[in-house]
Amino acid sequence: MIELDVRRLMCPMPVIKTQDRIKTMAPGEHLRVTCTDPGVMQDIPAWCRINGHTVLTAEEIDHEYSLIIEVGG
Amino acid sequence: MRFRLNVEKVMATQRKAVALISGGLDSLLAAKVMLEQGVHVEGINFYTGFCVEGHTHAIRKKDKAKPKRNNALWSAEKLGIKLHIIDIIEEYKDVLINPKHGYGANMNPCLDCKIFMVGKAKEWAEENGFDFIITGEVIGQRPMSQRRETMPVISEESGADDRLLRPLCAQNLPETLPEREGWVNRDELYDFSGRTRKPQMALAQKFGFDDYAQPAGGCCFLTDKAYSVKLTDLWASRGKRDYEIDDIMLLKVGRHIRPKPHFKLIIAREEGENNFLQGYKKQFITLRTMSHKGPLTLLDGKASDEDLKLASQIVARFSQGRDAEAVDVEVTEKGVSQSYTVTPLKPDEIEPSWRV
Repeated sequence: MIELDVRRLMCPMPVIKTQDRIKTMAPGEHLRVTCTDPGVMQDIPAWCRINGHTVLTAEEIDHEYSLIIEVGG
Repeated sequence: MRFRLNVEKVMATQRKAVALISGGLDSLLAAKVMLEQGVHVEGINFYTGFCVEGHTHAIRKKDKAKPKRNNALWSAEKLGIKLHIIDIIEEYKDVLINPKHGYGANMNPCLDCKIFMVGKAKEWAEENGFDFIITGEVIGQRPMSQRRETMPVISEESGADDRLLRPLCAQNLPETLPEREGWVNRDELYDFSGRTRKPQMALAQKFGFDDYAQPAGGCCFLTDKAYSVKLTDLWASRGKRDYEIDDIMLLKVGRHIRPKPHFKLIIAREEGENNFLQGYKKQFITLRTMSHKGPLTLLDGKASDEDLKLASQIVARFSQGRDAEAVDVEVTEKGVSQSYTVTPLKPDEIEPSWRV
């Protein structure tokens, strides 16, 4: 599992950081993104749907948002 | 046999266009028109830091009831195309600070901005093997950047030249390379012009698009008068035209009051802004009323003891102790706190000229 900490960044920066990190990863690998902007709960899944990746889990814990993404082919 | 030949022809000649996707209706339609002609389209969206899209919904509590979608992503999903979001915050500084073609009604360098973005899209297209660039521009739609005279300026100065196609108004413009080469059919492009939105709305209906974004003031904070005044004040106070991303974020938040040229107060207006400003406590002097409920305040600049007393009086004015004889205010800098007991300023003691 690769970790990406984008806490304090506001959308769309977490999406951009996620996009740039995924470019360096292989299909099937998993990325966990940790954020504080609630906008990621819409934006990252939308970006993943468009670009062929899968959000495995998305949860909020104490005002932080954590998404696990499986990189698509 | 004939069908197979056609398929082979399409397979052999399908061209690739990169579409500037802002999240608004025009770019959505321009991309859709190209998809209808069998062109492979991918979207590109640039983040300048001034985009109304994005982070603003995360700040004010009152905005939390609104949908939190990013309209560029929404557009791409509607179109079924990929979207590449590019961070241009650093490069964009030069566009804003030194616009060759000047500003619009506020601090909006719209023409330079469009030239810059089309130029970046051209670079991206070359790096990724795309044939041409499309935008949702319409002649006469915007007073600064979308005029008949500016269309060729954008094409030339961006370097895109005749690889820049505007599907919504192409029939009002000279033929571009994609049209001449038959990559797209000019007869199936459009001749929209002027500020009316009716043709776009009719085309949206034809394509089955509803619920598309219609931002009243465009998609950029720089077209907003109040925001532009704050940016100008920031530059004047620093004696230089420069900014960091935190500066431009903070211009969107709170009441800005500058009682002296060398410092400004950013006073939260509600709970969401209070929470947002918490994230800046380590970078700024902060003020908080202790004897009464009140907003978190950042002090941007340098302040003497006398300045801090004045700042405390102003902050007290915006607390629940506004009518009290005395309010305790805690001032914290780099983890060290001191307290001031002050009488809140009366409304008429806050000079109108202090409000940025």
